[in-house]
Amino acid sequence: MPFNLLVLACVSYVIVLFCVAFLVERRAQAGALGWLRSPMVYTLSLSIYCTAWTFYGAVGYAARSGLEFLTIYFGPTLMFIGWWWFLRKLVRIGRQHRVTSIADLISSRFGKSNLLGVIVTLMAVIAATPYIALQLQSVVQSFGVFASATPDGLTPPDAKNTALWVAAGLALFTILFGTRNLDANEQHHGIVTAIAVEAVVKLVALIAVGIFVVWGLAGGPGAMLARIAESDLALWQVQPGRWTGLIFLSAAAVVCLPRMFQVMVVEAADERHMARASWAFPAYLMLMSLFIVPIAVMGLDRMPPGSNPDMFVLTLPLSQGQGGLAMLAFLGGFSSATSMVIVEALALATMVSNHIVVPLWLRVRPGTAVSGDLRRVVLMARRLSIAGVLALGLGYYRLSGGSAALAAIGLIAFVGVAQFLPAMIGGLFWRGATRSGAIAGLLIGFAVWAYTLFLPSFGAGAVMSQAVFDAGPFGLEWLRPRALFGVQAMDPLMHALFWSLILNATAFFVGSVVSFPGPVERLQGAAFVNVFDGPTGPRGWASGRAEPEALLIMAQRILGDMEAQAFFEATAQAQGLEGLLPDPTPELIAALERRLAGSVGAATAHAMISQVIGRATVSVEDLMAVANETAQIMEYSARLEHQQDELTRTARALRDANEKLTQLSVQKDAFLSQISHELRTPMTSIRAFSDILTDGPVPAENVARFGQIIHDEAKRLTRLLDDLLDLSVLEGGTVQLNLAMSSLAEILDRALIAAAQTRPERAFAVQRDAAAETMFLRTDADRLAQVFINLISNSRKYCDAAQPELRIAVRMRGARVLVDFIDNGRGIPKDSQSLIFEKFARLTDASRAGGAGLGLAICREVMATLGGTIAYLPGQRGAAFRVTLPLRLDRQAA
Amino acid sequence: MARPRKHLFLPRPSYRRRRLRDAARLLPVFGVLLVTLPMLWTAPGDAALGVGRDTGRDLVYFFGLWLLLVGCAAAFAPGLSAGSTQGDDPEDDD
Repeated sequence: MPFNLLVLACVSYVIVLFCVAFLVERRAQAGALGWLRSPMVYTLSLSIYCTAWTFYGAVGYAARSGLEFLTIYFGPTLMFIGWWWFLRKLVRIGRQHRVTSIADLISSRFGKSNLLGVIVTLMAVIAATPYIALQLQSVVQSFGVFASATPDGLTPPDAKNTALWVAAGLALFTILFGTRNLDANEQHHGIVTAIAVEAVVKLVALIAVGIFVVWGLAGGPGAMLARIAESDLALWQVQPGRWTGLIFLSAAAVVCLPRMFQVMVVEAADERHMARASWAFPAYLMLMSLFIVPIAVMGLDRMPPGSNPDMFVLTLPLSQGQGGLAMLAFLGGFSSATSMVIVEALALATMVSNHIVVPLWLRVRPGTAVSGDLRRVVLMARRLSIAGVLALGLGYYRLSGGSAALAAIGLIAFVGVAQFLPAMIGGLFWRGATRSGAIAGLLIGFAVWAYTLFLPSFGAGAVMSQAVFDAGPFGLEWLRPRALFGVQAMDPLMHALFWSLILNATAFFVGSVVSFPGPVERLQGAAFVNVFDGPTGPRGWASGRAEPEALLIMAQRILGDMEAQAFFEATAQAQGLEGLLPDPTPELIAALERRLAGSVGAATAHAMISQVIGRATVSVEDLMAVANETAQIMEYSARLEHQQDELTRTARALRDANEKLTQLSVQKDAFLSQISHELRTPMTSIRAFSDILTDGPVPAENVARFGQIIHDEAKRLTRLLDDLLDLSVLEGGTVQLNLAMSSLAEILDRALIAAAQTRPERAFAVQRDAAAETMFLRTDADRLAQVFINLISNSRKYCDAAQPELRIAVRMRGARVLVDFIDNGRGIPKDSQSLIFEKFARLTDASRAGGAGLGLAICREVMATLGGTIAYLPGQRGAAFRVTLPLRLDRQAA
Repeated sequence: MARPRKHLFLPRPSYRRRRLRDAARLLPVFGVLLVTLPMLWTAPGDAALGVGRDTGRDLVYFFGLWLLLVGCAAAFAPGLSAGSTQGDDPEDDD
């Protein structure tokens, strides 16, 4: 294929990307992003995990080490499907604290320490430089494949110049779209969308080559699988150490790589997008690796021995005369490399400018903290950093000569960034993690990485002499870089991973445990670890010290005039004030700091605000005071809640009492009307008959009859009054009891005899159990007999059976005696059973001659006085009453 | 002083959400176990001797597992994200 056609394709592809980014930026400024902020775009942007290393290198990796290349994708897969554990918290913190980079995250968590920011930035730059060089190398190599194939047309420049052109082009793109404005959220929609487009291109390209290989060359999946089983790849063996180690390493890298952090946390438009990405990103990875093995196997099969397996994706279609497919594959590889370099450069530049350049600038020219446009400084720093990062990558590429296998460089970078993992996980889940611990862990881990993996990777004699490899530095054998502490014969990568992370984590833990965190550190620790418990209570700033105007001036210099003024105006309105200047409450200062942190990082923002406020940090005492205040408020509210509960209870009790009183009043009225009715009936007849007797001559037999009637009514009246008196005495509780030992059988005998006067004409059979009745009770025999008489006479009165029968059953239950009176009548209807013990309750008027309806009410009161109860016993096929009383009544009157 | 803040028992929707989170937490654990399974595999051995593993079949295992994990995560995701928007209930369980 002519080389100029290739260049044309490249250039037009880049122009398309420019247009996409440009249009999206335009729409973002108009606030009409729409679907461009969808989870789909987010997921696709995550695909910068798959760099040229994946696109070209994975095939080479598979050709060399069999299925081991899969580990690089299993790690991220596990990390993402387990997003609920870690990534969710990471994204939430990133959004809540407006984190701008991984260095910002770690520095912000550990007390907004700029020293930590600097350390992480330097480590990230060092680890990323070879990685960027790797991308340049892959682009150059792929150019070389085409160039060597066709010497006609435009003369291809040599490799060095190609790399320079590519690096310059990428720097231009990143500067144009990465530093257009100092966004408060540090989000770059144009770049993210361009990356999403590139993600589609590389996926389509790889799958197209894969389909060509499987269906075009091998003849279907079945034939392909058979071919795989026969190929050299089948000799592959699982090395358990490398297998697990690489899965762990890639899982760590996916959260620690600066570019992954940039797209995953910083550019996250919405937290919920993570839910979609949790499965869509693993699916993307799966599709990307689906055809790696077939391409590798077919490449080994078809290509001449000795050809570079890293370039099979290009050379295989090219050798089969598929120029168009090769061009697509080339663009896919180009996409992989460029998108990675753009985001990596952007992420590193943000870190460098926020943590190194701006703090230095503020220190060198302290005046600028109060005057001058800082925005221009920050943007310029960022542009220069982008150029610098790319220049470093280019320099590394030229120095190393670009010969090493792609996968090796990638893994070295992975181990380097994995050093952030202990500080990151510790910072997110452990409040005890401190700044000193984090610094110690990072420095030691990084040193071990550099010593055991990074520096030796240049080869013996380059940085380290062969003597150091063989005998250790200064002849200290236990310090040999490939056999630290005498651990020999270990895979060098695993050796470095193990020792660097173990020593890193140990230093981090020990340093955290023995040191004491400062107040800001403790505030931040609580805010990070408890991020899901809602916004944190204590704020870092005391109120009333700041001059709002000074704050506004400072904010304008970072956020820009319009945005800063809008922010202050909104806050002032929220505070209910007119004009532009709100009161400098701690909330305002904290919000402002967070806003600034989105542009220049937490550490710088904190430093700038403390310059204006004139106080570096809150003191431990302030912190404790705030915490105490919070605790007091919580205590107070708990007490209020308790009091409220108590009040509710009291109100309910009062309501109940009131209801009872109302009921009693109704009962009393009913009682009075009943009693007057009961008294008046006999009175009326007495008066009527006495009138007749007084008025005139009455026949003698009538005189006797009327006299008898008057006598009977008077007797009834007396009985009623007696009952009433009795009841009132019983209810008043003033009754005197004559406690004595008496036989139950005797009491029952007495009662039966007395009750026989009621309706003596009826033949009434009584069944008794003489054996059971033989017992002595300590009680008031007369009162008890009164109850029995009442029950028996009721039975005689109301039992409507043809041959009435009464059974008296006596039973002991514990120290109580149960006496049941059961007749064989119809009994009492269910709905009336609750009424019969009320005063004047008479169920029918059939036999009202008997009494006033006070009998059972009196019985109930008597039994209560005797320490027992009387109750209706349902389900006995007749009226049945159960009298329960204690065997021995000890107390005097109730 | 007992504060009736934390509920011991939950209504059905939030109960479902909690169990879904349990499943989401457990999924990567299963994933790790299944992905590290190859450590227990016998060596591919000498193809010449006719013993050993079939790399094609291994490949099918890995991609099948991958598909399974992606499918499970896809099934959990809508419920999880719906839950996290309806007010963040604290992280304590049950």
